[in-house]
Amino acid sequence: MRILRNLSRDRLATISLLIIAVTIIAGIFAPLFAPFDPNEINMSLRYASPSWEHLLGNDHLGRCILSRIIYGIRPSVLWVLVVLFISVLAGAILGFLAGYFRGKIDAIIMRICDTMLSFPGYVMALAVIGILGVGLENILIAFALIKWAWFARVIRTSVMQYAELDYVKFSKATGISDFKIIFKHIVPVTFSDIAVISSGSIGSMILQISGFSFLGLGIQAPNPEWGMMLNEAREVMFTRPELMLAPGLAIVIVVSAFNFLSDSLQVALDPKLVISKNKYKENSPYSAVKVREKEVAN
Amino acid sequence: MGSYIVKRILVSVPLLLIISFLTFVLINLSPLDPAEVVLQAQGVPEITEELLEQTKEELGLDKPFILRYFDWFISSLQLDFGESYINGKPVWSLIGPAFLNTLKLTLISSIAIIFMSILLGVTCALKEGQVIDKSIRGFSFVLTAMPSYWLATIMIWYVSVKLDLLPTSGMVSYSSYILPVIVITISYAGIYFRNIRSSMLNNLNEDYVLYGRASGLPEKKITMHILRNSLQVSISIFGMAIPIILGSTVVIENVFAWPGLGSLSVKAILGRDFPIIQAYVLILAAAFVLFNTISDIINAFMNPKLRNDL
Repeated sequence: MRILRNLSRDRLATISLLIIAVTIIAGIFAPLFAPFDPNEINMSLRYASPSWEHLLGNDHLGRCILSRIIYGIRPSVLWVLVVLFISVLAGAILGFLAGYFRGKIDAIIMRICDTMLSFPGYVMALAVIGILGVGLENILIAFALIKWAWFARVIRTSVMQYAELDYVKFSKATGISDFKIIFKHIVPVTFSDIAVISSGSIGSMILQISGFSFLGLGIQAPNPEWGMMLNEAREVMFTRPELMLAPGLAIVIVVSAFNFLSDSLQVALDPKLVISKNKYKENSPYSAVKVREKEVAN
Repeated sequence: MGSYIVKRILVSVPLLLIISFLTFVLINLSPLDPAEVVLQAQGVPEITEELLEQTKEELGLDKPFILRYFDWFISSLQLDFGESYINGKPVWSLIGPAFLNTLKLTLISSIAIIFMSILLGVTCALKEGQVIDKSIRGFSFVLTAMPSYWLATIMIWYVSVKLDLLPTSGMVSYSSYILPVIVITISYAGIYFRNIRSSMLNNLNEDYVLYGRASGLPEKKITMHILRNSLQVSISIFGMAIPIILGSTVVIENVFAWPGLGSLSVKAILGRDFPIIQAYVLILAAAFVLFNTISDIINAFMNPKLRNDL
């Protein structure tokens, strides 16, 4: 509740949250929200400008752009969130194992992570797509494969700072089982770190995945996806540059919303930051974890 | 320092070996039969069992896995990555020049990124909390949320087509660099200048600044001191940025039809040209490890505390 209260004080965060909620709901219930079938071809409406019937106009096959944008939420945003969830979950399990039990298991997991992270993520994703072939599922698999290592590493750091605290040691001494300690005493305190870490990488993931679709490596025509819509618009950009506008703005708005939310979440989850806002000094122990993923832009 | 460098390099060697092995395994995991891909690519009308066997022998695919790995590894060291399945040319003759083009783009962009990051970071730190600081940060927030390929296409449309100032694509003259470099700089400087800004702000609170002010040093001189201390961050950014950009120019290269690794690899992926994909992954991973090693060594040189990390 405290988190929500802090968030609601931040007007930008409230707006961002609203945008994200609307996007997700529109994506899940796309058939209800989309005025037309996204794949319905209507050559008489080719390149039609926006009208009351087709609010964003029509594309090179006369398909309703608004409907395509709404259906495009599914691959462009919803599936990205699913992949993020999977890789955070995998990273969290390994990160907890490594950070809590330490020793040999930690060494092994961290060596694997080091090797994974020594591959440039983008190249790795391309390699996986190269092997499995083009398609949205393969891009999603590639991203789940390259992202978990980074999450495992950061979550481990977060777990480690709590695993050494006195109350955890005391619980161990009284003979409470390790799993009980993890779920009762460590998961709740690391949860805010994990939330900030994962929300911070949604934006860049949406950009990267839409980038792959833009290259024609992702979802195949005629299915709508924002990156692919931009790719289709690029072919007629000299004559019809306005077609670039809607899908591009959709990406910018959603990614900005996620980025703003992640920043506000970081503040809302950390009481020290709420009070001092931006004015903290580096040596104040607010969190040992570097929270922002700035690994690859797009 | 000497022992740190030796240790750091020794750490990267096994890493490179693991990477080369993983690359090889990855490609061999493909559900497709390479012999079939070759035959399809060459446009053989009817693929018979015999033909498949024969191609397998030609490609050396009938040998055991480990042997093939060693053969491949040793010839890779000699820059012999085999031949493209599609057009039969040696892979190195395709990938070598492409790598050079990508490297050129990356280095020039990195210099632009460093320059812009320092400029914006220092401006924001000195004017902290003022309108200029807030507007630069707000603006950069929106810019980093923009897909780089979208920005690139809009720039091509506006600068090259509407105003007809610069070439739309390809790598024809020095002016071809301008647009791709601007796009890459925008997507990265917007991230990195924050690091410089926060590093400057941390330095502003240090005792030496207070001491300088107390002893009546002119504000300009104090700024110079802060700048010198914050510059270390920018050097580590430089080290971080080069390998990352090297690996992620794929999209930008495709938009600008830059004859680099990005364009080559996407074509190879669409054509299932495995030797090129393999060489691409190996070369970029090796470059990644190399640049990371160099930047770690430079960082350790600048900051003795890091030398004990290994």
